[in-house]
Amino acid sequence: MNNRLRVLRAERGWSQADLAERLGVSRQSVNAVETGKYDPSLPLAFKIARVFDLAIEAIFTETP
Amino acid sequence: MSRKDWTPAFRRYQHRVIGSSLVYAAVLCGAVWLFKHHPPEGALGYVVAVAPAIPLVGIVASMGLFLKEEDDEFQRAMMVEQMLWGTGATLAVATVWGFLETFGLARHFEAYWGAVVWFALFGLARVVVRWRYR
Repeated sequence: MNNRLRVLRAERGWSQADLAERLGVSRQSVNAVETGKYDPSLPLAFKIARVFDLAIEAIFTETP
Repeated sequence: MSRKDWTPAFRRYQHRVIGSSLVYAAVLCGAVWLFKHHPPEGALGYVVAVAPAIPLVGIVASMGLFLKEEDDEFQRAMMVEQMLWGTGATLAVATVWGFLETFGLARHFEAYWGAVVWFALFGLARVVVRWRYR
């Protein structure tokens, strides 16, 4: 699964640690999701979408 | 995961594992000393013989508690992956060793070594899993 986390984070000037704090997860987790090494569960994906005030599909897209 | 990245659940897990390991070392030394110098008899013998196993079971229970208490799903997933690697590798080693032993090509190992090997391979798996997600 592809995602736009790095871009969205950069637009807001947030570090991985900032986003991790907002999500209530570790910085490692944010890094793993951002680099596509770990696909988040649906609850975490919803949480990420809420933090960015976007729909899940605007952040995550299926790998073709 | 550097120390500053440790989650509260991981800190509790670390404290439990270290505590159980210290108890294990003390109980094992005590049991070995007792059986060497004053061998306990009857039911007490069984109690003393089983005592070193209890803290090891405690370490396994600590892993279960970590999986229950950790809110961070990625940390849970890494622990599960680490446990699977440790378990798979231990089963592989035990199977190969068992056949070597059956055909008289390897010495006999006591069954409790299974736990020791599992903990060692579980530790090694941590390095592999962390490296994969670095």
